Amino acid sequence: MGTVRVQHEDFDAAAEARTLSAGRRGIGALVTFVGLCRDEGGRLAALEIEHYPGMAEAEIARVVAAAEARWPLLGLTAVHRHGSIAPGEQIVLVAAAAAHRRDAFEAAEMVMDYLKTQAPFWKRARFIDGSAGAWVEAKSSDDDDAARWSVPESP
Amino acid sequence: MKAVYFAWVRERIGKDEEVIDPPAEVVTVEDLIAWMSRRGEGYAYAFEKPRVIRVAIERAHVGPDAKIAGAREIAFFPPMTGG
Repeated sequence: MGTVRVQHEDFDAAAEARTLSAGRRGIGALVTFVGLCRDEGGRLAALEIEHYPGMAEAEIARVVAAAEARWPLLGLTAVHRHGSIAPGEQIVLVAAAAAHRRDAFEAAEMVMDYLKTQAPFWKRARFIDGSAGAWVEAKSSDDDDAARWSVPESP
Repeated sequence: MKAVYFAWVRERIGKDEEVIDPPAEVVTVEDLIAWMSRRGEGYAYAFEKPRVIRVAIERAHVGPDAKIAGAREIAFFPPMTGG
């Protein structure tokens, strides 16, 4: 049901949000999250984002389906870019629409938390001085963020 | 079966993908990583911390106990850093 795209090209977050909500009068809440490429204090030239074609789309789709099963959503879109991305550019979009804000906020947050730890993307920094940085290391705090959604909620 | 590598696993091994033919006693993902690590210097370096390596079979995540029999595409990569 949700929309999932993995692409090098930039996306238009406002247009994605409009597409999601167009003609759906039951929507009372629309949350959009956009992840941007930080400049790391002015040192970063670009992030090189590698991905596993096919599996990247499949994993994001799995997370989107899990969110749709958990909250009464009226729309969900996730877009993730790959390739070379300069500071200030957009990397990832999650847009969630629901009748009520809590469902939209929580769904967007869960999709982001799972996407960071389950979708096969890897970032490497390239610095302005020409040096190639190390691969970005996975943070255990990201695993913790994802794990909190697997705890059954009290009734 | 086809083995595919990503990020620093790919760089350490020095190739994107290859066909591998592990012997019959290699049953699980854990066995396969141990076998792969003995294939040469780059492999030993890529798989020096076996517990860090993530594995996917037919583009779905699997754990170390998963059986590899019948797998067509098996991927090895570091923990993911998307988002």
